[in-house]
Amino acid sequence: MSAALELTNVDAGYGQFMALRNVSIRVEPGEAVALVGANGVGKTTVARVASGLVRPTAGRVVANGRDLTGRAPHAFVRAGIAHAPEGRSVFATLTVEENLRLSFRRHFGARGVERALTSAFERFPVLAGRREVLAGQLSGGQQRMLSIARVVVESPAVLIADELSLGLAPIVVTEIADQLRRLREAGTALLIVEQQLGHALALADRAVLLERGSVAWEGPSAEAGDHVIARTFVRSRNGGTDASVRSDGDAGGSTRE
Amino acid sequence: MLIAAAVLDDVLRGVLQGVPPGSVYAIIAVGFVLAYKTSGVFNLAFGAQAFVSAALFFHARTAWGWPSWLAFVVSVVVVAPAIGVALERLVFRHLPTDAALAKLVITIGLSVALPSLFELIVGFEPVAGRTPEGLLPGGAEVFYDVAGIYSFSRNELTSMVIAVVAVAGLGALFRFSPLGLQMRATVESPRLTELAGVRSDGVAAFAWALSSLFAGLAGVLIAPRFNTLAAPDFFNLVVVAVTAAALGRLVDLPRALVGGVSLGITISLVQTFLPRVAEHAAWLTPIQENVTSAIPFLALFALVLGSRTLRSGRDHVDPLSGVSPPPPPPAAMSRSPLLTRATLIAGVVFFAVVGLVVFTSADAQWMFLVTQTVILSIVFLSVTVITGFAGQISLCQGAFAAIGGFTVFQLADRFDVNVMAAVFVGAAIAAAVAGLLAVPLVRLGRVWVAIATLAFAAFFDAVVVKLPFVGGGATSLLQGTRVPRPAIGPVDLGDDRHLLAVALVVLGITALAVRRLRDGTTGRMLAAVRASELAGQSIGISATRSGVTAFAISGFVAGLGGGLLSIQQQNVNYATNFSPYAALFWVVVVVSLGVRTVEGASHAAAGFALTDPLLFSGVLLAWMLRSPDSVPDVFPLSPKWRFVMFGLGTIAFAKHPEGLVENGKRTAHRRVEQLLARRRSAPGGAPPSGSNTALARPHPPSAAAEASP
Repeated sequence: MSAALELTNVDAGYGQFMALRNVSIRVEPGEAVALVGANGVGKTTVARVASGLVRPTAGRVVANGRDLTGRAPHAFVRAGIAHAPEGRSVFATLTVEENLRLSFRRHFGARGVERALTSAFERFPVLAGRREVLAGQLSGGQQRMLSIARVVVESPAVLIADELSLGLAPIVVTEIADQLRRLREAGTALLIVEQQLGHALALADRAVLLERGSVAWEGPSAEAGDHVIARTFVRSRNGGTDASVRSDGDAGGSTRE
Repeated sequence: MLIAAAVLDDVLRGVLQGVPPGSVYAIIAVGFVLAYKTSGVFNLAFGAQAFVSAALFFHARTAWGWPSWLAFVVSVVVVAPAIGVALERLVFRHLPTDAALAKLVITIGLSVALPSLFELIVGFEPVAGRTPEGLLPGGAEVFYDVAGIYSFSRNELTSMVIAVVAVAGLGALFRFSPLGLQMRATVESPRLTELAGVRSDGVAAFAWALSSLFAGLAGVLIAPRFNTLAAPDFFNLVVVAVTAAALGRLVDLPRALVGGVSLGITISLVQTFLPRVAEHAAWLTPIQENVTSAIPFLALFALVLGSRTLRSGRDHVDPLSGVSPPPPPPAAMSRSPLLTRATLIAGVVFFAVVGLVVFTSADAQWMFLVTQTVILSIVFLSVTVITGFAGQISLCQGAFAAIGGFTVFQLADRFDVNVMAAVFVGAAIAAAVAGLLAVPLVRLGRVWVAIATLAFAAFFDAVVVKLPFVGGGATSLLQGTRVPRPAIGPVDLGDDRHLLAVALVVLGITALAVRRLRDGTTGRMLAAVRASELAGQSIGISATRSGVTAFAISGFVAGLGGGLLSIQQQNVNYATNFSPYAALFWVVVVVSLGVRTVEGASHAAAGFALTDPLLFSGVLLAWMLRSPDSVPDVFPLSPKWRFVMFGLGTIAFAKHPEGLVENGKRTAHRRVEQLLARRRSAPGGAPPSGSNTALARPHPPSAAAEASP
């Protein structure tokens, strides 16, 4: 059976700057994979390669048996891959409704738009009251809700969720996690990029640990906590020794100090 | 009672008379707003695009004998959108969404390059006094009477009908298709639009095609209003379009439409009533005689001054701009001091040799050209200050220089003042005007500074020059604006060699001063505000003060150069030297060759003054080949290639904001450095690696990849 999304031996970077080297990641249909690692190891670049925003200099990107290497991002979207990018990921100059309409019109056609809009506002009542508000005037949490609302209604084959919880209030983080869980139950595969390990690992079946642009470890998410702590904290700090592993299992803590 | 009825009649006539030009202004304004809204580009080349379509239509009708409908289809429906798509494909697609300054500079370059390129390809020459024909036969002769007050010509009726149809079509497109939404989304972030499943480059190309179609349409419709088809007139249309568009804050299509029509009506009303007032107030006469150019300026200036909401503000940046590769480091960081000094010495030696040859053996013509180059270097330093250091685009440097020229003329002519003293008085006046102009402008965004300075240049050109105490009024129409070249002490300005020496001394002092300015506190202040106004303000730098300072200094330098230029030519020669369109080309040349460095101004002056007589005429080639006979037949090249060359040169601004010459120097330096390094480390040493990779380690074993199922 073909994977929902598969990166094979991918190299990628920005100009002269190489961010990824020989990265291979596979996401099965309906599976949730957490992509973890410290700051600046290339997690976001993996997400961008997986959605077509960054073209790999080597390697292949295949979704559901279709080779998408070198294609533009809209081709990825049409192949069922949705990407909620890091940071602000809505159009600030468009209203809430226009943000949704833009994507729904493509996805559901001229006739399906209104039904999709109704469905989105039913599921996210907080947005319903702000239909005509410019998305740039929403709070950070509401903006994130808006980008998730679009995905939830379209229920793509794969969702790449890049740092969805970054900078948000804990209660919003929990709500987003709930939405992702529901999305997964509906059959969408997830590639979750997170620094907040707790939520990511609780959702994921498997975890992939990136280190300096390459995959350092991968395995069941239950085992990930120890590996992550051992690798990202201890080694990078002490220059490569595993001597003093702090194994108090505080996997829920943020990696930011 | 009778008088009131007569006035009412006049008002009605004025309104009706104003509607046809107003509807064409509306088309231009709508097209302009469309371009800004759907491609994010403040398209100053809009007038140039309009010119190309109008000239093609006219040329196909008269020179090739095409029927009107075919000429219309080809020039408006085919060629105009094709130009738009080509520009999007080749130029604007590759620019980052937030490169506002680069986009502005490139459209200025294009507005110079496109008309010349078109004229070269098609072989079109503007012929004075040949009024272009309208779309329908007998456009200017057949009239339709409206209620006995005013009769519309067939041309006017056509333009009104087309305006209504075009705008209605546009409204329907936006209302009933998702394209409008997609275009707005693409302007904010092409990448985010892609993530919504929309092909953003297709959308952007369509947006360009559409707005260019409007440009073509406007060009063909407005052409019959000019008595000569020439590019500068069409460039001035941009001011009109922007004024109408500004009423809709640049994004509101219906308001741009209303703005265009009401501008047309206002002009027509003023034309009806101002002469009656001007009979009693003589100072209004020059305004009255050039109302069409003056009103857009006055309206735009009133808007700029009065509206609190017009600040272009900080546009929303592309949230995914981090995906683009980082820009290259500034040239100064990648250069060794040794090579820099070597280049400098080589340059000085080169100029010394050339200077010596010119001083001893040049004939009058070459002497003139070299002196002109030196004086233009001074003028161009003003562009270096305002654009290179302060990061503002000023399109009225020609007006500042002209103030210098006219001051010399007036002081010498009326009061018999020493011309060299008059030059400095002129520079001081230019500085004062520039500083005053800057006060309301610098709080606005860069785009508005460019537009407002353009409007000022148009106003200066249309009104101020014609004032008796500036341009000399009626007397100078007959006698010209003559400037003497007397002997002052031991220096005889009448002698070409003496004049060149004086010009060189002034250039040297100005260049040193500008250099000191750049490296001193003021220069740092300007650089800080240029890089980030917000960050500059947060460390206590007033953006207003630094902007006004930069404008004043730039005005002083421009006035200085303008004064010297009129002494050299013994005439102000306003139309040739300082008209807005001519001065536009200054900015283009300086920006494309090197706007950040002091020597860049000299390169630009040499490029401006010498490209034609030295390169294009084939003189240099003949000298290099040692025989005039072996020069290929393509020489002499048309001087228009100069506009094309430098105009297209601005496209490089996005990638190399320091200019082509400076960038060439950097590349050469890097090559030399690599060569030296290789020579040094040749025995056994590996060449030093210049690439920086994020990965310190080589390829790790791909065990992890194989472990996944």
